Amino acid sequence: MQKGGVIMDVMNAEQAKIAEAAGATAVMALERVPSDIRAAGGVARMADPTIVEEVMKVVSIPVMAKARIGHYVEAKVLESLGVDYIDESEVLTPADEVFHIDKQEFTIPFVCGAKDLGEALRRIGEGASMLRTKGEPGTGNIVEAVRHMRLINGQIRKVKNLSKDELYAEAKNLGVSYDILLNIHESGKLPVVNFAAGGVATPADAALMMHLGADGVFVGSGIFKSDNPEKFARAIVEATTHYDDYRLIAEVSKNLGTPMKGIDIKQLAPSERMQDRGW
Amino acid sequence: MSKVKIGVLALQGAVAEHIRSLELAGADSMAVKRVEQLDELDGLVIPGGESTTIGKLMRKYGFIERIREFHAAGRPLFGTCAGLIVLAKRIEGQEESHLGLMDISVARNAFGRQRESFETDLPIKGIDEPVRAVFIRAPLIREAGANVEVLATYNEEMVTAREGRLLVSSFHPELTDDYRLHEYFAGMVREARSGEAKG
Repeated sequence: MQKGGVIMDVMNAEQAKIAEAAGATAVMALERVPSDIRAAGGVARMADPTIVEEVMKVVSIPVMAKARIGHYVEAKVLESLGVDYIDESEVLTPADEVFHIDKQEFTIPFVCGAKDLGEALRRIGEGASMLRTKGEPGTGNIVEAVRHMRLINGQIRKVKNLSKDELYAEAKNLGVSYDILLNIHESGKLPVVNFAAGGVATPADAALMMHLGADGVFVGSGIFKSDNPEKFARAIVEATTHYDDYRLIAEVSKNLGTPMKGIDIKQLAPSERMQDRGW
Repeated sequence: MSKVKIGVLALQGAVAEHIRSLELAGADSMAVKRVEQLDELDGLVIPGGESTTIGKLMRKYGFIERIREFHAAGRPLFGTCAGLIVLAKRIEGQEESHLGLMDISVARNAFGRQRESFETDLPIKGIDEPVRAVFIRAPLIREAGANVEVLATYNEEMVTAREGRLLVSSFHPELTDDYRLHEYFAGMVREARSGEAKG
């Protein structure tokens, strides 16, 4: 049960222990964090199973791992290791440019990225049991995560207010089934949790995403790229819990050192944008 | 008699769901993030989440002492999933407990990892029909002291229990529309409050 918590990217057992001790509700076991993937270029794939298993051995909180979009076998391999969640992730290089993994047949829950309501509902239809914004991973820039969270929540409000006969056309616009849209129309919310991810670089960023309605926060490159990962991780956890206590956020933000430098989204060529992967 | 007010500890976990279930069960409810808020409450739910995260934040903000005082003053506590671990006197494989109030030993993630999560209809003593129970990386009660009453078992393992003004379940009662275990707890809170008024 990760709700209201922080999920942290880790690259080895030692980082996983720091994350757990700082109060992470889960860790994402990776070979490289997104900012390094971005810097290295080339094809990014599922992590070496050794790293995933090492991390699973040392922490008692859930362990997640990433498979490439559409890479059925990477997901099956992670399932065989017994990870707690699989992230079908645009941070890795997609293996299929048309189809996502059919997640219904897996026993392990999936988390998937979404930047609008159509994507979110298509992933849920395929069997995802947790969503996250795509943001723009590895940039240290929160603007894309904000855009995705606002867009999805705005679209939900719109669907809620449509009349029933307008839902058919909206289902076509969004590229989703009528039934799943009817569920959103009636409940006024997503049937699964939606976390913020991509570009969270400060405690205030995490709190901003909670303020905008995120159910929790993923922090990728931010923590172990900062000067003092332990302190930084604790600060993010506290700011996520107390996202509307600004005095507290001020306190935990003191002397954290330099956050990751960050990249202006406008300087990224369209081909470098990870959020455009997946459909 | 005015409604009882039952808080939900809101450091991490399934907070909104518990508040909804408590309100359906006829109680007033609120999210509790600061120790001062305990003063206005008749009872407290410690929700499911990650017990390491919740325990860490409870220590940080002084909730351990204040919740022990809250309970010593006659107020009931209800721990679900991670909340059960937080209430237990003994946690297998760990030196330290969190609140350490209930005379039970618990095993974390006793059913295994996330993929071993499941749902079942669980008969619970004191509730007429079985309750829909969602188990997610659930803990189990391995040993229970003489004063602990076991209210439900699953495959002969203890999954719901009560000791005086403490109630625990290893499943998540707040994730379904079945709010009868919350009603049961609201009953405990009402009883505790009326006992206090008389005494």
